[in-house]
Amino acid sequence: MLLQLSEPGESPAPHESERGLAIGIDLGTTNSVVALARDGTVEVLRDAEGKGLVPSVVYYGGDGAVTVGQDARRMLLEEPDHVVSSIKRLMGRGVEDLKTLAGTLPFKLDVAADGGMVRLSVGERILTPVEVSADILRALRARAEAAQGKTVDRAVITVPAYFDDGARTATKDAARLAGLEVLRLVNEPTAAALAYGLDNAAEGFYAVYDLGGGTFDISILRMEKGVFQVKATGGDAALGGDDIDHAIAEHFLAERSATHGEVAITAGEAKQALAAARVAKECLSSRPEGEWVIEVDGKPSRHALTRVQLEDLAAPWVERTTAICRGVIADSGVDLADIKGVVLVGGSTRMPVVRRKVREIFGREPLSNINPDEVVAVGAALQAEALTVGSDTLLLDVTPLSLGIETMGGIVEKVIPRNTPIPVAMAQEFTTYQDGQTAMSVHVLQGEREMVDQCRSLARFVLRGIPNMAAGAARIRVTFTVDADGLLTVAASEATTGVEQQVAVKPSYGLTEDEMATMLRDSLEHAKDDMASRLFAETVVEARRSVLAVQAALKVDSDLLSPAERQDIDGAIGQVDTAIATGDRDTVIAATEALEAATKVFAERRMDRGIRAALAGMAVDRLDDALGGE
Amino acid sequence: MNASALAAVVPCWSCKGPVASRALFCSVCGAVQGPGAIDHFTRLGMTPTFDLDMDALERQYFGFQRRLHPDRFASKSGKEKALSQAQATSLNDAYETLKDPMKRAAYLLTLLGHPVDLTACGTINDRALLMEQMEKREALADATTPEQVAKLAVEAESEVIACQCHISAAFNAADLDGAGHLCIRLKYLAKLAEEARAKKSRITRMP
Repeated sequence: MLLQLSEPGESPAPHESERGLAIGIDLGTTNSVVALARDGTVEVLRDAEGKGLVPSVVYYGGDGAVTVGQDARRMLLEEPDHVVSSIKRLMGRGVEDLKTLAGTLPFKLDVAADGGMVRLSVGERILTPVEVSADILRALRARAEAAQGKTVDRAVITVPAYFDDGARTATKDAARLAGLEVLRLVNEPTAAALAYGLDNAAEGFYAVYDLGGGTFDISILRMEKGVFQVKATGGDAALGGDDIDHAIAEHFLAERSATHGEVAITAGEAKQALAAARVAKECLSSRPEGEWVIEVDGKPSRHALTRVQLEDLAAPWVERTTAICRGVIADSGVDLADIKGVVLVGGSTRMPVVRRKVREIFGREPLSNINPDEVVAVGAALQAEALTVGSDTLLLDVTPLSLGIETMGGIVEKVIPRNTPIPVAMAQEFTTYQDGQTAMSVHVLQGEREMVDQCRSLARFVLRGIPNMAAGAARIRVTFTVDADGLLTVAASEATTGVEQQVAVKPSYGLTEDEMATMLRDSLEHAKDDMASRLFAETVVEARRSVLAVQAALKVDSDLLSPAERQDIDGAIGQVDTAIATGDRDTVIAATEALEAATKVFAERRMDRGIRAALAGMAVDRLDDALGGE
Repeated sequence: MNASALAAVVPCWSCKGPVASRALFCSVCGAVQGPGAIDHFTRLGMTPTFDLDMDALERQYFGFQRRLHPDRFASKSGKEKALSQAQATSLNDAYETLKDPMKRAAYLLTLLGHPVDLTACGTINDRALLMEQMEKREALADATTPEQVAKLAVEAESEVIACQCHISAAFNAADLDGAGHLCIRLKYLAKLAEEARAKKSRITRMP
């Protein structure tokens, strides 16, 4: 590490060491993984048995206890009604969406009166997917803190590239509930490419094929001069190894019915059949055939399965990934021949049939030497280190889905097409269609299809106060802003009057700020401390920035001050340092404001001098310094 | 002169001292500044011309993003994060406009006070262009073998390149009317080339 020099009496820049550790989290449908990077070396944080995978399963005991992971999965058989799995599939989804989800959901749903966000009925509790995900994140955070003996308060969390705005917001909300500041949401395929060090590899195009438990993603990335660009991305948020498990389980149950007769299957029996199906699928990756047992109605039955049969059962899903791959490649405008490598991600890519298909699509052997279950978390950890310590690698992402608004006739007018580099802001003008129309409803949608009912509704709001004009005369400008995490803000304004309205898009199925606040209050004791300590940390960052700015100014312009004035400012700086030491946020805010007031005259004199110098053409050199490009 | 000197200096939001209005960072306190209202060429440090060196453009874009992208400000204060997002957004806007020949030509025409309306889609006023485009579309729709489609795709691609050369010549001859017409022509040629490419990849990837 470089020596840090500071002037006497000057406080050094905020130390990273004052903050907690920053981890990388792969929050998966079936399993999650947490990893930590130090000096570019990544450690996957494992349990006592050496397992890095934490099953994304949560058990809610009758006594109020919450258990996550392997122990929770064991409870699947004993108390299936108290266990939640595959919750990621419900992130950011509304009750209406559930009909479109393939397979039987292993959840009991609480039918919400408002038809908004999905709520699960688990034992005696009613839970949102955000709360369940927060419990998983808390467990991962605790695992990292136990392993390192240090506070962990920041994370890079990965999401499928295909996640829409609602699901991304839900993920960020879950992290907040778990006391983690999200440094960045990174797309899973991008994280995988980072793990393979493709940012340092030969320049060119790479594909990432990610078939996990519940989601499929294919991304075409471009690596050039250390800059990492997502050219195109596509996938299906409800397609994965779980579907293949379901197909196998259904096959077993159908065989059983043929010999033992039809009976109603309990939730517990279905889960046991699914567990047997998963074991069968995993075994058949290394063996040509085998036999498995399921139990229904207290009677066990044996079922033989060969790899060939399994591949037939899996074929519809594997074919769907092929079709999506071809579409995304065509979309990216990249020639197949220019793709220099293919990275495999997700446990389902261990299946020989999947590897064969990938070889067939891309005409090359895929990269698979990093554990496909852990590769995403490894990349996330590297990115967490890059964001806190600094690095030369740059992740330039794109919007995964087009964003638009509803126009007449239920047609969606695209404002930001998919695969647009983010952050981005784009505006489009719309007009009224009735004489004297004074309000306009803005309906924000996400998706590729033409019609409103085929796209996902993100939010609705009403722009009021449009002046009374003839139809078509008003000019309503709707601006979409997407930040680097892919989260959307929409603003609308009327050009002739300047009437303006802004909404952070809390999606139709998301949590409101009030709900979040209540959950934060209701969650474990320390979550409150987490919130308070994060607010304090942010205030300190701001206070330190002010102090450093004043000190920098004093270094160049202190001759503008009398000794007494200088003493006042130094005193105010000292007050800020003292305030930070108290640990009280309000004290820090007051001291920072006092510093601002104490330097007001100084700032005015500096501006005067700057303008005078500019007028005399003498400041050209100094000003030009600041204009440099690269 | 005096007015422009005054406009060139604004107070830095962080240390409150003077900073050049176009500066990315304050030369005294180092704080990132807002993107300001400058044209896309200036933003990326390029000379305003249609004949851009694309490698240089990309280098400049990456270079600026490297310093201004929100990822560089993950541990900074909220205000610095917001400003860096605004800067990165402006850079994306500039780069997306300049790297595409049609958008670049249209933007340059706007800068030169001779705007051309590319969004008024659907209507082609130019009769010859209309006939030509209809014929080509029919040919593409009728093509069934991979060879036919591949041939049409190559043709469409080379017409796009030829049209770009003509635009360049028009700009160099200061023929802005001509550049405007060619710009509209390029829009249709590019669309056709894209459809031909898509059909080619559909047809050649069929099992």
